[in-house]
Amino acid sequence: MTGTTDTPVTLTIDGREVTVPTGTTILQAAGGRSESGIPTLCYGETITPKNACRVCMVEVEGSRTLVPSCSRPVEPDMVVRTRSERVDHARKMVLEFLGSSVDLSLTDGVEEWNAEYGAAPGRYGADAATVAQPVKVDNDLYVRDYSKCILCYQCVDACGDQWQHSFVIDVAGRGFASHISTENDVSLPDSACVYCGNCIQVCPTGALMFTTEFDMRAAGTWREDDQTVTETVCAFCGVGCNLELHVQDGTIVKVTSPPDSPITHGNLCIKGRFGFQHAQNT
Amino acid sequence: MVGLATVFGAGGGTSSYQEAEDADLIVMWGSNARNAHPIFFHHVLTAIERGAKLYSVDPRRSETAQFADRWLGLHVGTDIALAHTVAREIIHAGLAHAEFIERATTGFDDYAASVEPWTLERGEAVTGVPADAIRELAHAYATANAAQLCWTLGITEHHNGVDNVLALCNLALLTGQVGRYGAGLTPLRGQNNVQGGGDMGALPNKLPGFQDVTDDEARAKFDAEWGATVPAADGLHLTEMFEAMERDELRSLFVIGENPAQSEADVSKAIELLSSRDHLVVLDIYLTKTAELADVVLPGSASWCESEGTVTNSERRVQRVRKAIDPPGEARDDVDILVELARRLGHDWAYDRHEQIWDELRRLSPMHAGMSWARLEELGGIQWPCFTDDTIEPPYLHGRLWADDPADRGRPAPFSVVEHDPPVEALDDEYPLRLTTGRRLDSYNTGVQSGGYRSPNRLGETVDVSPADADRLGIADGEIVRITSRRGSVEAPVRIDPNLRAGLVFMTFHFPDEVDVNQLTIDATDPKAGTAEFKAAAVRIDRIDVASPVAGE
Repeated sequence: MTGTTDTPVTLTIDGREVTVPTGTTILQAAGGRSESGIPTLCYGETITPKNACRVCMVEVEGSRTLVPSCSRPVEPDMVVRTRSERVDHARKMVLEFLGSSVDLSLTDGVEEWNAEYGAAPGRYGADAATVAQPVKVDNDLYVRDYSKCILCYQCVDACGDQWQHSFVIDVAGRGFASHISTENDVSLPDSACVYCGNCIQVCPTGALMFTTEFDMRAAGTWREDDQTVTETVCAFCGVGCNLELHVQDGTIVKVTSPPDSPITHGNLCIKGRFGFQHAQNT
Repeated sequence: MVGLATVFGAGGGTSSYQEAEDADLIVMWGSNARNAHPIFFHHVLTAIERGAKLYSVDPRRSETAQFADRWLGLHVGTDIALAHTVAREIIHAGLAHAEFIERATTGFDDYAASVEPWTLERGEAVTGVPADAIRELAHAYATANAAQLCWTLGITEHHNGVDNVLALCNLALLTGQVGRYGAGLTPLRGQNNVQGGGDMGALPNKLPGFQDVTDDEARAKFDAEWGATVPAADGLHLTEMFEAMERDELRSLFVIGENPAQSEADVSKAIELLSSRDHLVVLDIYLTKTAELADVVLPGSASWCESEGTVTNSERRVQRVRKAIDPPGEARDDVDILVELARRLGHDWAYDRHEQIWDELRRLSPMHAGMSWARLEELGGIQWPCFTDDTIEPPYLHGRLWADDPADRGRPAPFSVVEHDPPVEALDDEYPLRLTTGRRLDSYNTGVQSGGYRSPNRLGETVDVSPADADRLGIADGEIVRITSRRGSVEAPVRIDPNLRAGLVFMTFHFPDEVDVNQLTIDATDPKAGTAEFKAAAVRIDRIDVASPVAGE
C-alpha cells in the first residue's frame, strides 16, 4: 500500500486548500470514500489500489488524462477537480459499460451514481453483451456468481500475495472474455482453496457470497435491515481475530471481520469465517 | 507460561503481531502456524513480502515449512539438543551479545558450559538436522536486527515442555533478541483464551494478574475484597488432578468447558477415573463425552457469541467478546450458573452486570487496572500490562532489560541449564515408528465445535506416513491399517504424505468418535506444567489382512 510519512503536502481540491501527509492519495485527501463524494468500485481499503474500474477518475490541472484518485498520491500545489464535465462524462460511461454488461444489483451506491451522472445502462438495448452465466455452486460454504463480477481484482489480490498467499484464482482470458478463474477452471474443491473467505470479504458486488446468504436471498428471506452486527472475538485459537457476527432472527447468517482490525485486516481462516454453525440454535 | 515466567517473571509472549511484520528474521519452532494460527501467519507473510527470512523447525515439512527459507526437520523430541547446538555455535562464532549478557542476565557461565558438548557434529547426529543448516540458523538468529522466535505445542506438548521453552528463552538471552521492538519470544496459544485463563488466575499457584497464592500481601487484598480466606497453598494442575483421582484423594470434580474424556492422553485411563468419582459436574455447551459421564450437567453458553466478557490473545491483548445471540433452551450464561451455585453454597455474589466482575478484577490485578470496558471498546483491546487509566505501555515486554540504570533493569533474566532428554517412549523393534499428533486447518481439538460445519477440505482421520515407510510396509494410500502403541490400538486409512520423513507418522485428534487417537498417546507429563507428551509416542503399523488381532482395543 502507498506509504505515508509525516511531511505535509498542501494542494487544492475543488477550490479548497488541504494539507495532508506525503503519500496520501487524492481520494484520502478528499475525505475518503464516505466524505469525498467520489464514487469507487474496485477500491478496497485493505487492498493495494488496482486502478481497474476507472470510476474514481478526477481532473488534475496540467495532466493530459484524468487520473485515478484511489491510487494517485498527492503532490505539492496539485489542483484537483473531483467534478467537471469531463469527469462526469467519464464516470457516466464507466457506469453504463459496467451496468450494461454486469449485474450490479447488489453493488452499494450504483443506483445513486447512475442518477447523479445520468447513466442509463439500458440504452445499449437488450442485445448488449453481458457476462451473464450460471452461478457456480460447488461446495457448501460459498458461491461464485460471476454475472456480478466487475473484475476489480480484489479477490485475486486477497487470495494472492497481499494476504492469503493461496494463489487459487487469477484473471484468465483477454478483453471482454477476461474472467476470474481457478487453475484450469477446476471446481473449488479440486483447487487449492482453503475456504478462508477472504475473497468474499473484499468482493464489492456480491459476486462472492456465503451460501447462507445466497440461499436466503433465493428464498426471499434475506432481510439486511433486520440484521444486527455484533463485534466479538473468534474462539478457535489463541490469535484473537475480531469477528462481526451478522445475525437475523437469532441466527448467525454471515461473518465478517473489521477491515481496520490490526489483528486481521479483515481476514479470517475457514474456522473463523464459517465455523459458527456449532453455536446455532437451529 | 511456566517457562517464560521463570525467566522473565511474566507468563506471556513478549511481542506484538505487528512486530512480526517488522522483524527481519522469524523462527517458527514447533509451530505450524499456517494451519493452526492462520491469521498470525498473515503477519509473518507480510514480513516475508518485506524481505524477512523465515526458518521453520519442525519434524514435518509442514505447510508453514513450505513458506520457509530453510526447513530444519529435526527428530521428534530433540529440540533442546538443537537449541544447545545453535547456542554453542553462536558462542564459538563470537556472536553472543556480550553486553546484554553481562548487564541483563545471570548464569551465563554455567549455561555456556552446559551447551559446550553440543558441537555441530553431535547436534546433527542427535537431531538429524544437517550441521550446515544448524550453523545457518545460529548465525541468522544471532546477527538479525530483530528476530522473532515463535513456538506452539510442538515445543510444549512433551514430557519436558518447560525445559524446551527454557532452552529457547536461553537463545534470546544469548543474543539479546528480547526486550526490543521486533525482537522477542512469541508462544502462540493453541486454544482461545489460554492466555486469559492464566491472566485470571486459572492456574493452581496464581491469583488473577499472576500474583502468587503464597504471597501474603497479595492474598490479603483478595481476602478483603472477597470477604473470604484464600488458601495459601498451591492447588493441583490438570495432570496432578488425575494423579489425585488415581489415589482417590480427589473424589468430586467440576469440569467447565473441557472434554478430558476425549482430549487426555491415554484416554481409556482418564475415562475410568472420571467415571469412578463420587460426584462429577460438567458445565458445557454440548453433551460431550465427558458430560455423558456426569452426575449433573449444567448447560452453559458459548462465551464468544452468547455472553459478555473479555478474552486475552497471544499478544496479551485483552479483547471484548459480546453477546450476539441467545443461548438455546434452558442453557444459561456461565456467570449466572456460577453465581447461582455460589448462592446455594451460602454466598451472595451480587453481580448485576458482567462489567462489575471486570471492575473487581481491575481493583485486584495491577496489570489490568487501566483497562476499563469503555477503554477496551475505544482502543479495540489493550495489551497487558496497563496500570492506569491514562497510560499505554510499549507493545513489547521487558524493555527494562536494556535500561542503562541497574535499578531500572530490575531482576536480571536467568539462563537455565537444561538437558536434552529424549521422548519417554523410545523406538524399538516392536514399536519402530514415531507418532506425533497435531491439527489440520479446518478442524479444532476434539471436533466438538468444528464438526458443526461442512468443510469441503475435511479428510476425516488418517494416519499420515512417509512414502518410504509406506513402501516398506507395503501399504497403499487409502488402505485401512491398524496403528498400535503400548496403550491401545486404532484403525485408520493411510494417507501418504511426501512431507514426512521416514520413521515419522502423523495423526490428528479431531475425530475421536471415529478414531480415538488418544488411545495411542502417552500420558507422560511435564512435572512443572502438567502438559502431556502428545507429540511423541512409539507405534507400529500393521496391515489388517495380515496382522493378528490385537488385544486391548
